[in-house]
Amino acid sequence: MKISENWLREWVNPDISSDDLVAQITLAGLEVDEVLPVASEFSGVVVGEIIGAEPHPNADKLQVCQVSDGVDVFQVVCGAPNARPGIKIPFAKIGAVLGADFKIKKAKLRQVESFGMLCSASELGLSDDHDGIMELPAIAKAGEDFRAFLNLDDQIIDVDLTPNRSDCLSVAGLAREVGVLNKTDVTPVKITPTDVVVDDAFPVKVEATDACPRYLGRVVRGVNVAAQTPLWMVEKLRRSGIRSIDPIVDITNYVMLELGQPMHAFDLANLSGSIVVRMANKDEKIVLLDGQEVALRSDTLVIADEKSPLAIAGVMGGEGSGVNEATKDIFLESAFFAPLALAGKARSYGLHTDSSHRFERGVDATLQERALERATALVVEIAGGQIGPITHAVSEFSLPDAAVVTLRRKKLDQYLAMSIDKDLVTDILTRLGLEMVEVTDDAWTTKAPSHRFDIAIEADLIEEVARIYGYDNLPSSMPQAAVNFTPLSETKAQIQVMRSILVSQGYQEAVTYSFIDPVLSKQFLPNIEPVPLANPISADMGVMRPSLVPGLVKAYLYNQNRQQSRVRLFETGRRFIGTVDALADLDQQQQVAGLIAGTRHAEAWYHGSEKVDFYDLKAHIEALFALNDGGKPTYERSSCEFLHPGRSADIFLDGKFVGLMGELHPQLSKTLGANQPIYVFDIALDAVLNATLPEYEAVSRFPEVRRDLALLVDRTVPVSELEKVISATAGDAFKNVLVFDVYQGQGIDETKKSVALGLTWQHPSHTLSDEEVNNSVEKTVAALSEQLGAVVRG
Amino acid sequence: MENLKQILADALSAVAASESESALDDVRVHYLGKKGALTALLKQLGNVSAEERPKFGQMVNEAKDQVQQKITERKASLAKAALDAKLATETIDISLSGKGQEVGGLHPVTRTMERIETFFRGIGFDVAAGPEIEDDYHNFEALNIPAHHPARAMQDTFYFNPTTVLRTHTSPVQVRTMETTQPPIRIICPGRVYRCDSDQTHTPMFHQVEGLLIDENISFADLKGILQQFLNVFFEDDLKVRFRPSYFPFTEPSIEVDIMRTNSKGEESWLEVLGCGMVHPKVLEMSGIDSEKYTGFAFGMGVERFAMLRYKVDDLRMFFENDLRFLKQFK
Repeated sequence: MKISENWLREWVNPDISSDDLVAQITLAGLEVDEVLPVASEFSGVVVGEIIGAEPHPNADKLQVCQVSDGVDVFQVVCGAPNARPGIKIPFAKIGAVLGADFKIKKAKLRQVESFGMLCSASELGLSDDHDGIMELPAIAKAGEDFRAFLNLDDQIIDVDLTPNRSDCLSVAGLAREVGVLNKTDVTPVKITPTDVVVDDAFPVKVEATDACPRYLGRVVRGVNVAAQTPLWMVEKLRRSGIRSIDPIVDITNYVMLELGQPMHAFDLANLSGSIVVRMANKDEKIVLLDGQEVALRSDTLVIADEKSPLAIAGVMGGEGSGVNEATKDIFLESAFFAPLALAGKARSYGLHTDSSHRFERGVDATLQERALERATALVVEIAGGQIGPITHAVSEFSLPDAAVVTLRRKKLDQYLAMSIDKDLVTDILTRLGLEMVEVTDDAWTTKAPSHRFDIAIEADLIEEVARIYGYDNLPSSMPQAAVNFTPLSETKAQIQVMRSILVSQGYQEAVTYSFIDPVLSKQFLPNIEPVPLANPISADMGVMRPSLVPGLVKAYLYNQNRQQSRVRLFETGRRFIGTVDALADLDQQQQVAGLIAGTRHAEAWYHGSEKVDFYDLKAHIEALFALNDGGKPTYERSSCEFLHPGRSADIFLDGKFVGLMGELHPQLSKTLGANQPIYVFDIALDAVLNATLPEYEAVSRFPEVRRDLALLVDRTVPVSELEKVISATAGDAFKNVLVFDVYQGQGIDETKKSVALGLTWQHPSHTLSDEEVNNSVEKTVAALSEQLGAVVRG
Repeated sequence: MENLKQILADALSAVAASESESALDDVRVHYLGKKGALTALLKQLGNVSAEERPKFGQMVNEAKDQVQQKITERKASLAKAALDAKLATETIDISLSGKGQEVGGLHPVTRTMERIETFFRGIGFDVAAGPEIEDDYHNFEALNIPAHHPARAMQDTFYFNPTTVLRTHTSPVQVRTMETTQPPIRIICPGRVYRCDSDQTHTPMFHQVEGLLIDENISFADLKGILQQFLNVFFEDDLKVRFRPSYFPFTEPSIEVDIMRTNSKGEESWLEVLGCGMVHPKVLEMSGIDSEKYTGFAFGMGVERFAMLRYKVDDLRMFFENDLRFLKQFK
C-alpha cells in the first residue's frame, strides 16, 4: 500500500525524521518496500494565470500566451491545445529547473520570444498525463510557489503488508501503529453524522447472512457528479496510486484509504426494487466495471437487485449500476463481508482489487457506520445532495466475536528467554488497543480490539509483546541440548564421496529443471506418459521428467552450440514416473545420471583425439559401484528406446534392475542436432550408494600361479559367459580371471573372435603343484569347449 | 727407493689420465698385476738389506693400496660421469601439462548446500528428505495454510490437480518428520522447490534449506543465537544482522533476518536472507506434538541467494543454464 507521509503525519506526528519513521515501521513488521518522491525534482515553478492567448503568427499549432504571476505578465509560446485565457497553470519561469538539469531560458520560437514554459503534469513528474498543460483549480493564487501549493515536499511510503496485518491497510491503521511505537497520540479525523433531510430509504435484504453479517446503505439525492474533486483529495489519491474518476468514486476510494473500509456507490436510478445480498445463481452473468462479462459461480456472493446481480460483493461493481455522468441520486454501500466468504474469489475470476485485497484479509467489522458517515459528509461537502437515513441489515450472530486471549507469564518468559517487566507488558498490550480483562502476576487476560482480528491465541500476544519490545532487544543464546549419537553406517556410502568420484573423472555437476518439454519426453521415452503440470510456466516445461537423461542431453546441446565439444556432466535428482491419481505409488526416485561426449582426454600434447566410447562410460559406472564395495552389478543388453540397441546395457544389482547406460540412439542424436556420439547413464541413487562393511579374509602366504589362455570363440558369445564357465570349473584354488586381449579381424574366421585370458590360482595352505594347475586348466578348457564352443588357439 | 717414488707417481698419473673402464684396467694390470711394476718391486725385496726390508715392503704395499684406491675412485667417477651424460640426454620439458583427466567440479548450488549442511550437522542436526510432488495437506494444510488463505497467493503454486502440487518449500519434509518422530527433533531439509514464477530474479525451480528444532524450552533466543552464528560461519565474517517481525502462517512469532551489505561504493543496505520463527502451536498439534510441553523454531533459506552472495554471481538464471564456461569456474 502506498501512502503519503504527510497524510500519515496529519494523523500522528512523532518527532522523528522520515528515515527514522520508515526504519521504525519496517522493524515493527510493516516492511517498507520503497520510498518515492511525490513529484520529480523541480524549482522555480509558480502558479500562473493565462490572461491572453493569440494564435502564433508563424505556426499553426502554437499560441502566444500572456501569463501572469500575480505581479508581472510574461509572453510565453505554448503548444498545448488547452491553453486558453482564464485558466491557472504551473508556470516555469526563466531560471526554473525541471528534473535534474533542464533549465528554462529565454527562447525564440518561430521568431516569437518566449519567457518561460507552461507545464503538463508529466513534465513535473506528477502523472503520465501529457495531453496538454495541467489545469489548476480557480482557488490557486497566481504567483504562489507550485511545490507549496500542491504540498509536494512529501514522499510516498510503499508498505508491503503481510496478510495478517490488514488492519494497517489505511492511514488510520498505520497511524495507530506509529502511535503505539512512539507512544504518541493519534488524531483521528472527526466524523460527525450528517443530518438526514429526506426520508428515502432503499430496502436491503441480506439472504447470505454468514457471508455478509453487516450491510449498511443510504440514499443521497441530487448529487452533482460534475463537481470537481478537490485538489487535496486528488493529490492524496494520486500519491496512493489511485486516479481521480468523479467525485463520488473518488470519495469512496478516499474513505477506503483513510479508514480501511472499501465502499461502493450505485446509481439509484439503475436499482430495481431492493438490494439483495445473496449467493449467485447458476448461469448468472454480470458485466463488470472493467467491461468484461463473467459467468458467476454459485459460491460467489453478489450484490443484486430484484432483477439481476449488480456487483461481485467486495470485489468489483457492475458496469450498468455504477455512477456515471448522468447520475443524480446515489445509493452508498458500506458492508462487512466475511473474509472466508471472499477468500480466493477475486483470484478465481482473474481479478484483484483494492477492495477484494482488504475484504479477503479482513476489515474491522465495526467500521461500517463510521465510514458511511465519513463518506456522506464528504459527498455533501463536494457534490452536494440530500441525505437519506441509513438502512442497517445486521446479523449479530454472524459478526465476529472479539477474541479473549490469555497470556501466561510462564510462557512469555520461556518463549523469549527473558522476563519483561509486568507493567511494560501491560502497557504494550494496552497501547495496541487490547482491553485488559484481568491482570495478575501470572497472566494477562485480554480482549482484542475489533481491528485486530488476527489475534487469536497466546502466541499472537507473545509476538505482539516481542515486536513492540523490539526483536533486536531480545536476548540471543545457543540452545542446550543433550548430546545425541546415531550409529555411523558403513552400509550406505556418502553422496559427497560419490560426487567426488565423478568429479575426479572430469564431470561437472549440472542442475537441470525437473520439468521438461512433453515433446522431448516422448522423443526419449515414447511409451511413458509423463506427469503433466496443470499450470506450467511454459509449454516446454510442461511435464515432470521421467528420466534425467533428456535434461542432460539438452544441456549438452546448449554447450555444443557454444563451441564446447568435450562435455562431461552429471546430475542427481528425482525422476517422476506414474500418476498423481495414486500419489503414494508415484515413483519419485532419486537418480544419478551422467553424460559424456567428445574426446577421452581434454585436447593436449600427449595423445591423439580418440573419442570416448562405451567402455569409458562403463569404467565410470564401475567406479561408482566400487564405491564402498557396493556390490557387483551385472549388465544385460538394453532395449531402452533412447539408446543404441547394440551399445547399451541395463544394469542389475542383486538381480534387480537399477539403471541403464549406453550410447544415445544415433537417430535421436541426429534429430536433436548432436554432432558426435553421446554416452549417457541413469541409475538409481540408492543402488550406487549401497555399501558393504568390509570383512577381513586371511592373505595366503603361498605363491600365485598364472596361466594364459588364448581362445577362439563365436563373436556373439559375451566374455562374461567365458568368465562364468571358468569360475565354475577352475577349482577351489582359482582366484581370478582377467581379459588382456580381444581381437577380431584379419587372420581369424570372420564369425569368431580371439580372447586372451589370464587365470590365477592360489591355495590358502600349500604351494600349488604344476600338476594341480594343469588339471584345473584342462577341466576349464574342456568345459569352455563343451559349453561355449571355445577352442584354444595353437 | 727413488724408483718406487717414480713408479707410484707414474701410476697415479696414469689412473688420472684414464678415460674409460678398460683403460683403468690396463693401468691396474700394468702396475698391480702379477707382472706389474709395483708387484715387481716386491719381488726385489731379496736385494734389500735385512734392516730395510720391512720398511721397504711396507712402502711398496702402501703404494699398491694407494694406486688401487685411486683406480676405484676413478672408476666411480667415470661411471657417474657416464650416467650423468646419459641422463642429460633424457631431459624433458617439465613445463608441459600432466597426463590424465582434468578434474571436474560441483555445481555452486551443491557446494553451497554442503556448506550449510556442514554447519548444521556439526551442531547435531540430521538431514531429511521427502517427495517433491506433494499433497495439498503436507504442503499447505498441515502448515496452517488452509485453502484460500491469502498466504497461498504469496506462493505461486504449480498444480497437477486441485489437491496435488509441486512443493513450494521443503516444509512438508518437516511435517512428515513431525508426524513420525517425537521431540527432540533436529533436522534440516535441503532440496528443490518450485514456484510458478519466472523473470530476472525468479526461476520456477530453486533450492531451499529449511531447518527445524523442537525440544522442551526452546526459545526465541536460541533461534537468534543459532542463526547469527550460522551467518557468521557461512560468510566467514562478523556480520551485522537484524531480526525483523514478519508473517508466515506456520510460525508465531515470525521473523525475517537481514544482513548488512556494503556495495562497491561503500554504501550500506540491508538484505533479507532468511525467514524463520517459532513453530506455530497449531502446526505442532496437527502433527501430533504437544505444544504445551514442546516449543521449537523453524527457518528457511534460498540456496541460490546464498550462492550468489558467496560467489558474487549476479544472474540467477546462470545456475540452471549448465553452461560449462560457468560451471567450470567452481572447481
